[in-house]
Amino acid sequence: MPELTYLQAISDGLRTEMRRDKRVFLIGEDVGVYGGAFKVSLGFQEEFGAWRVIDAPLSETAIVAGCTGAAIMGMRPVAEMQFADFISCAWDHLVTVAAKQRYRAGTPVPIVVRLPSGGGFSGGPFHSQNPESSFAHIPGLKCVCPATPEDAKGLLISAIVDPNPVLYFEHKHLYRRIKGEVPEERYTVPIGKARTHREGDDVTVVTWGAMVHTADEAAQQLDADGVSVEIVDLRSVMPWDKLAVLESVRKTSKVLVLHEDTRTGGFGAEIAATIAEEAFEDLDAPLKRIAAPDTPVPFSPPLEKAFIPQIDDVVAGLRELAEY
Amino acid sequence: MPGSVVVTVVVALAIATRAEPVGSLSEIREAGLDRDDLLTAYRNMVLTRGIEERGHILYRQGKIPGSFYTGRGNEGSSVGVATAMGPDDVGTPLHRDMGVHVVRGVEPWRIFAQYMGRSDGPTRGKDGNVHMADSRLGLLAMVSHLPAMLPVGVGCALAFRIREERRVAVAWFGEGAAARGDTHEGMNFAGVRRLPVVFICDNNQWAYSTPTHLGYATEHVADRAQAYGFDGVVVDGTDVLAVYRETKRAIEKARAGGGPTLVECVTLRMEGHAVHDDAFYVPKPMFEAWAKSDPIERFRTWLRDNAEMTDQEEEEIGAGVKKVLNDALKRAEESPLPDPETVTEGVFATPEDLDTPHHK
Repeated sequence: MPELTYLQAISDGLRTEMRRDKRVFLIGEDVGVYGGAFKVSLGFQEEFGAWRVIDAPLSETAIVAGCTGAAIMGMRPVAEMQFADFISCAWDHLVTVAAKQRYRAGTPVPIVVRLPSGGGFSGGPFHSQNPESSFAHIPGLKCVCPATPEDAKGLLISAIVDPNPVLYFEHKHLYRRIKGEVPEERYTVPIGKARTHREGDDVTVVTWGAMVHTADEAAQQLDADGVSVEIVDLRSVMPWDKLAVLESVRKTSKVLVLHEDTRTGGFGAEIAATIAEEAFEDLDAPLKRIAAPDTPVPFSPPLEKAFIPQIDDVVAGLRELAEY
Repeated sequence: MPGSVVVTVVVALAIATRAEPVGSLSEIREAGLDRDDLLTAYRNMVLTRGIEERGHILYRQGKIPGSFYTGRGNEGSSVGVATAMGPDDVGTPLHRDMGVHVVRGVEPWRIFAQYMGRSDGPTRGKDGNVHMADSRLGLLAMVSHLPAMLPVGVGCALAFRIREERRVAVAWFGEGAAARGDTHEGMNFAGVRRLPVVFICDNNQWAYSTPTHLGYATEHVADRAQAYGFDGVVVDGTDVLAVYRETKRAIEKARAGGGPTLVECVTLRMEGHAVHDDAFYVPKPMFEAWAKSDPIERFRTWLRDNAEMTDQEEEEIGAGVKKVLNDALKRAEESPLPDPETVTEGVFATPEDLDTPHHK
């Protein structure tokens, strides 16, 4: 199996679906000639032509609305937001039109919106956000957040095939940093199914996206102390794999919910509430949340480091739980 | 001088062309409608108004939950545009455009069922009013956020362009929604890519209580078209035939690869924004002028003067519409209210939902 970066795996997934299904097209700002701000679609326009790799004007509303109309006419559009932060400009079209069309009018809207998200490189308040919980709250939208190259490819293909609007949060800090074996052939990773990233017996970490890797490094440090950490990588936050989470909580009886998004109303709150409702008596310690503080994402490196949960923060949290 | 106000008077110059009225039967025949088509268009206008008048009665009887909106005065525009659309064309009609649903063939009983929140309405009680559409008839259901469906219509045209189909999308908006960014983004993108889309502005001169001079500063909404690189035309929206002719021309131009056109239909709102609104803010002389420009009466007179519509034909149309409405109301009232158990159904689509002519 070839080893690909997370970014190459996204390209591979998109290319695979565009070769297989001519209804799939990509639209976004600078996705054509330039190959996208992060080069996910480098070389795509040469292969698929200018009407399947469409350079759009700076118009997030027209991009997402255009995808909705094209999807209702039978296409399988993939929109790229240059940064996940800019999805605020197309909020209305995801939330008002695409999310509700199936429920009220019976019309499916099979679109994918790719959202380069997350911080870690001084992107500042407008190039670093993780807005998944805002959209997970909207009935009718699906949200996926792959953490590994293999899932990045398989989830993108699943998102394109899915008959609903799917928000695909691709973490920018993983693009070139994370490598892994990725099958060459086409495969799908089911939306709504978690993956056990690491098996353990003493504490469960429930997380997704880049924090899977932060949790993994923290877990390695706790190994030395003889604390065995299980990591549940949700992969999808809507729908989310409640059964897998509850199963792991029942196994370890201690749980840390970790995310890079801000704390209040972050998706971790939903997970925590569900555990409290359905697995309260299985817990041997109060559930712990580690998340970013309730502030915009700051720019300067020491501030950003204080904002994004770090390995040391997770190590401390896990120790606290283990010792409880 | 302290306290003085300098007033600069800007004379807005119209850029859009202004369409002339249709004069004769031979002229409209040349544009594509024979005498039978004209009588059908007249019937569709009468049926459109009839549906909304009956709806109003249902509302007053307490049978329609929520609010109730009509397009009284806009029948010439809605029927004129829809009559110009081809069978494979698609559109995104709004709350003054019941005539579009009627022309495309939605069954009136299902409209009444929709109004009353019954399970046989096109949205099965999930949405109300004219927030409905039958996708098999090439229509997309509107949302309240205006003009959100305009750039969605542009997306339909994008699909046609990618697949190189000779189909056209018709995207509606009002002069009020012309102030929103969706209008700009949709039109700009359509202009850049010369997409096969026709923009219809139902300019009924009042955005709820806001008059046009507080909504935009040009003489016409259609004057903007030039800024997007395509043509704009202003047409009298109470003249169904002129609306038809101008829209037909725009649709065929788009079909031939000529890109978008913005057609502004200057029309009327003979009632308030919705049933709760008595429109006290509309000057009385304006209402009186509107009453004299009723598009149905105008077309009826034209048909009698130019197409020799007989008393008998007129009576047959009236009686036929009345029967359709009576039967439709009866059938709609027999439709059950939705089962509360269905409240959580249908949030997400299943793969089988994609098994439609569009998605194959």
